Amino acid sequence: MNLDADTLRILGIMKDSFLPMLIAGLKYTIPVAVVSFVLGLIVAMATALARLSKYKSLNFISGFYVWIIRGTPLLVQLFIIFFGLPAAGITIGYLPAGIIGFTLNVGAYNSEVIRAAILSIPKGQWEAASSIGMTRIQSLIRIILPQAARVSVPPLSNSFISLVKDTSLAAAITLPEMFQVSQQITASTYEPLVLYCEVAFIYLIFCTILSILQQYTEKKLERYVAR
Amino acid sequence: MINIQNLHKSFGDNEILKGIDLQIAKGETTIVIGPSGSGKTTLLRCMNLLEMPNSGTIRIGDNELTFGENKNPTDKEILTLRKNTGMVFQGFHLFPHMSVVENIMEGLTIVLKQSKKVARDKALGLLDKVGLLDKCDSYPHELSGGQQQRVAIARAMAIEPLVLLFDEPTSALDPELADEVFKVMKELSLEGMTMVVVTHNMGFAKKVADNIIFIDNGVIAYKGTPDQLSNTTNARIKQFLNLVSD
Repeated sequence: MNLDADTLRILGIMKDSFLPMLIAGLKYTIPVAVVSFVLGLIVAMATALARLSKYKSLNFISGFYVWIIRGTPLLVQLFIIFFGLPAAGITIGYLPAGIIGFTLNVGAYNSEVIRAAILSIPKGQWEAASSIGMTRIQSLIRIILPQAARVSVPPLSNSFISLVKDTSLAAAITLPEMFQVSQQITASTYEPLVLYCEVAFIYLIFCTILSILQQYTEKKLERYVAR
Repeated sequence: MINIQNLHKSFGDNEILKGIDLQIAKGETTIVIGPSGSGKTTLLRCMNLLEMPNSGTIRIGDNELTFGENKNPTDKEILTLRKNTGMVFQGFHLFPHMSVVENIMEGLTIVLKQSKKVARDKALGLLDKVGLLDKCDSYPHELSGGQQQRVAIARAMAIEPLVLLFDEPTSALDPELADEVFKVMKELSLEGMTMVVVTHNMGFAKKVADNIIFIDNGVIAYKGTPDQLSNTTNARIKQFLNLVSD
């Protein structure tokens, strides 16, 4: 097969850039997504319970938080945390800034997922738990949340896959994750089409693996059928 | 053992219970009949505080609660009363994420803080009683409606309540499955369990009831033994019985 010099050069760039991008993905993209998602789930659970509680002040605070986060762009939120807060005397490194931003963002969206999942459990389940003498907290932990968890796996998986891709926005706050590395290599090689397609391909691989994991988890949780 | 006095319950402007007085002795089976919307189910749900009465008094065992403007019971009082009552629902409401035996153990381990071992032994005993020992590790969705309701009865009995409340326990079942549930209930009744049963099944009512109460429009319109009820001259009750007796 005859390959001209230009093709060989591009193949060389692709080959040399693949590993650095993949490493950035494994070192930053995935860990930032995982840590933010786990912390975000804690925030989401607390927010969902606050929104469902009978205390008006908790309803208000949690509602206000969700309103702010959902009503503003994630990129702007990251800029406020990383570039804005130093002006108020709070300087945060790119890694914690990214994690805080993603946690707050994913926490707000997932609180709605969890809230909806809790509300989707039939009232009869609360009543049956009450009728055997369980407190509201016991009913929630033992009866409602395990069923709500199963209902929320598909939307939470979607949310996680979105988050993995959204971490690319952290390139703008200097976090050296996968997309930022692709930008750096582009700056020195002047091959944006090749490199951005290549990084897109790695995101695609990551998300495909996650989709397969999602299907596996959903299958495993099908042990019982909720009525 | 159960004493209900002047119980009132409204939903908004709609008064459902308009002053219910009811005494039930230990070991009695009381059947509650009446037309739809008469307040039968609301009365039952007030007895374990799934609905909070607006006013009146409920005493179950030694536990007496008074309801009124500014004196609603505390959470602790509500839980104590609920531990003294067991409820069987029309829709079963088994916990779908737990096996049959775990459904029954739940009240024992979580509410009564018994060890898993003790709870499991007791749960298996109750399953044997309702004839479902072989289903102990099945999940609720693998059972027929009649089997699910029998598990629900075992679950309600596990915490050893003073009274079992049944809210139309067979209305969601076909006659054959209903019959297996009635058999279990009849056995409990003969063993001296105190029971209050809302049902439309007059055949069952006549067989097991010590007393039948007829609720109409939020008040107890009639109370008597099955024999007395059959011979009643009350036109309203006769009309109702004619409608349900087929």
